[in-house]
Amino acid sequence: MTKVMEPEEIDRALRRIAHEILERNKGAEDVLLVGIHTRGVPLAERLHLIIDEYENVKVPVGTLDIGLYRDDLDRRPTTELGATAMPEDPSGRTVVLVDDVLYTGRTIRAALDAMADLGRPQAIQLAVLADRGHRQLPIRPDYVGKNLPTSSSERVMVRLQETDGKEGIWIEERV
Amino acid sequence: MNETLFTNARLVTADGVVEKDILVKDAIIAEIGTGLQTSGETIDCAGSLVGPGLVDIHVHFREPGQEWKEDIGSGSAAAAAGGFTAVVTMPNTDPAIDAGHLARFVIDRGRQEGLVEVVPAGAITMAREGKKLAHLDELWAAGVRIFSDDGDSVEDAGLLRRAMEYLAEMGGVVAQHPEDRGLSADGHMHEGSVSSRLGMAGLPAIGEETVVARDLALVRLTGVRYHVQHVSTAGTVELVRRAKAEGLPVTAEATPHHLMLDHGEVVRMNPDVKMYPPLRRPADVEAVRAGLEDGTLDVVATDHAPHAAHEKDVPFEDAPRGIIGLETAAAVVNTAVGLDPVTFFQRMSVSPAHLVGLPDQGRWAEPGGKANLVVFDPSVERTPDVYASRAENSPFTGRQLRGRVVATMYGGRLTFRDGKVQG
Amino acid sequence: MKHFLSTDDISRADLESLLDLSDEFVEVLARPIPKVPALRGKTVAMLFFEASTRTRLSFERAAKALSADTMSFSPSTSSLSKGESLKDTALTIKAMGADALVVRHQFTGAQWRIADWTGLPVLNAGDGAHQHPTQALLDALTIRQHFGKLDGLRIAIVGDIRHSRVARSDISTFSTLGAEVTLVAPSTLLPVDMEGWPVKVAGSIDDVLDVDVVYLLRIQAERGGASVFPSLPEYVTRFGMTRERFARLAENAIVMHPGPMNRGVEIAPEVADHPRARILEQVANGVAVRMAVLFRLLGGEASDE
Repeated sequence: MTKVMEPEEIDRALRRIAHEILERNKGAEDVLLVGIHTRGVPLAERLHLIIDEYENVKVPVGTLDIGLYRDDLDRRPTTELGATAMPEDPSGRTVVLVDDVLYTGRTIRAALDAMADLGRPQAIQLAVLADRGHRQLPIRPDYVGKNLPTSSSERVMVRLQETDGKEGIWIEERV
Repeated sequence: MNETLFTNARLVTADGVVEKDILVKDAIIAEIGTGLQTSGETIDCAGSLVGPGLVDIHVHFREPGQEWKEDIGSGSAAAAAGGFTAVVTMPNTDPAIDAGHLARFVIDRGRQEGLVEVVPAGAITMAREGKKLAHLDELWAAGVRIFSDDGDSVEDAGLLRRAMEYLAEMGGVVAQHPEDRGLSADGHMHEGSVSSRLGMAGLPAIGEETVVARDLALVRLTGVRYHVQHVSTAGTVELVRRAKAEGLPVTAEATPHHLMLDHGEVVRMNPDVKMYPPLRRPADVEAVRAGLEDGTLDVVATDHAPHAAHEKDVPFEDAPRGIIGLETAAAVVNTAVGLDPVTFFQRMSVSPAHLVGLPDQGRWAEPGGKANLVVFDPSVERTPDVYASRAENSPFTGRQLRGRVVATMYGGRLTFRDGKVQG
Repeated sequence: MKHFLSTDDISRADLESLLDLSDEFVEVLARPIPKVPALRGKTVAMLFFEASTRTRLSFERAAKALSADTMSFSPSTSSLSKGESLKDTALTIKAMGADALVVRHQFTGAQWRIADWTGLPVLNAGDGAHQHPTQALLDALTIRQHFGKLDGLRIAIVGDIRHSRVARSDISTFSTLGAEVTLVAPSTLLPVDMEGWPVKVAGSIDDVLDVDVVYLLRIQAERGGASVFPSLPEYVTRFGMTRERFARLAENAIVMHPGPMNRGVEIAPEVADHPRARILEQVANGVAVRMAVLFRLLGGEASDE
């Protein structure tokens, strides 16, 4: 198991992403951060704090569980759901979906479907802490913390203080 | 001359168990002794009990009218496999056995099959409708000695009193299926903690006991021989015990299932534990066992009630009542109740034969007697799975029981051996 | 979870997890588009051998909000009248491609048999006077929404307990979740033998007006006078939730009813329409808990065949 990202690097990456979000959207006025369960939620909350620190703007943070939109329910049992909550109507806003790792793109596809049922955002952007490649769908991230070239036999493990009590990103061979 | 020799038998007699050989010639027990020889067939009993062939005074063979469930042929085969040499069929057939020619039909069909002595009980009322008396004289003349509207109680006390008066004169037995319709209403199981949990309407114990209590008053009046069928409650056992102490001509029967199973079985809602009277509380099972042990309950009777598989493959409340019992009876009684061999055969052969007046049945083996015998190994473990009956509705399937019928001989002919009915 | 048949054998943790899942579906139902694709391609068959429009509609709404297809069977339009056995009916519906069966039947335990015969996931939508587990779940959810929990609450269930599957499912659910249950009924409407039931019993509704929840059961008018109580007016006198009694309830107490109500019998019309009568919330929650159960049974667990 190889550690490929230390806590400080994660923090730096998130700060950069926050800047990029502000720059690209010319401020944070209409932005709605939406964390995808499980680890996208604390990441979205961290972005909220960082943006507040820079701009003194409290960007609303929503949460999204895509369990009801997955296309592989038959193969991967999902009978527990995290909360889906939008503090503001997403319609007309710029939604920034936040997740930890971007891989095949299927989670994001499900998240886009879920967002479509929750309102009609002006735009949807995607922020991920790590992009490990191997996309199976035409999806690309708008903000990337770190590109992680991997082989599909490897597993990317993200751990965050809020959800796991430790922090970092590791790569290991699948057993 | 046709000979069969039973060797290494533990022969059960009125006085106890003795190790003997038994030589049967044609239909008669020729000799009882040691070191006997034969030119015919030898059956090594290897220490099994040999006693008088079992007698069941309460079976349903469904013929005439419901032969898809069972008929006198398949019922006789089940009886032979269970160690029985005589059965009394209940009259709730279609048509009901309420006239002489119908009783003769059943007897003739039994003889034709030849596996077991078949005698019918007669209905007390025409078509068992509880409205007017059946042809009691005709039935008596055909050989019927016990009368019952089994399946239903005779509700009308006035009508029952007339039947009792009439049959008292002849010496017939009035047998009652005690179940008060008003109290039992739409019940499907014992009314108690389990029915309450399942939300099913129940048959209360009191529904059985009130009928018996009323009937005993009529027995006191008429002096008729009165028999309580399938006693299932502690209260009924006590009523019979007191009536006997009082000197009333009362007898009673216990079924094997009421000796072993209680209403907790119904929790799984399997129709194979649905029968009337229903399985009762554990305390009732205890009381019925104790009653059989001390003789308050004179006989074991199976209430063998076959139903086709598809009829039972329905929700519990939709299922017809009744279970088969002939082929498991001896093992269930042997497993559930600690009877010594003499008492075992008294309850399962001698007393029932005497009760319904079968001269060739239920007699302790002696030279010159009719060769109606059963070889029963009380020690071997057995799990019932297949049946000679046409039906399979038994709660004992897959349950470990102790005791196995090794062979049955009816009138000198082996009707069952090596696990097979000898058709 | 393979089937959802009874509340008797569900642990507190499992009940709470089902309620948590139900909360998520309450949220789904509040969305502009109250529908998710979770069970797309699945077919849920409704087998209602005993008529019940409300429960069937609730299950249909739940299945459709999960994007499942539904098909419906009721005896009046069926071959049961032609003598087809329950088993054949169940196997026929299975052969048509149902992935799960929602079954109501007038006989206790019919759902257990159908589960055996078909091997399909079976949801009990009410069997005889035995169990109605989704009703209990929606009742618990409604109470939890109001009080935040059931633990330590005092709940009175009033009415025909003996013939009520709702009562049987509620009693075990409420008590498993830590509430204290009191049954209020004339003895002819109580189960004959409640040995081991986690309940207290009171003889009049006036004895329990200090509870947190009064749960009123429907009184079937045909039972009045017939054999179990003398008359409806006498029932109302001893057991009805009248305006006067409602006024004596604790300030935060709620009144519930599984429907359909008999206004003026077990519940006064003014009480039925009061905001602290949570009857319509119960109905709304019914859809969410049925979504939760359907999702538990069909979402992700590949069928075992």
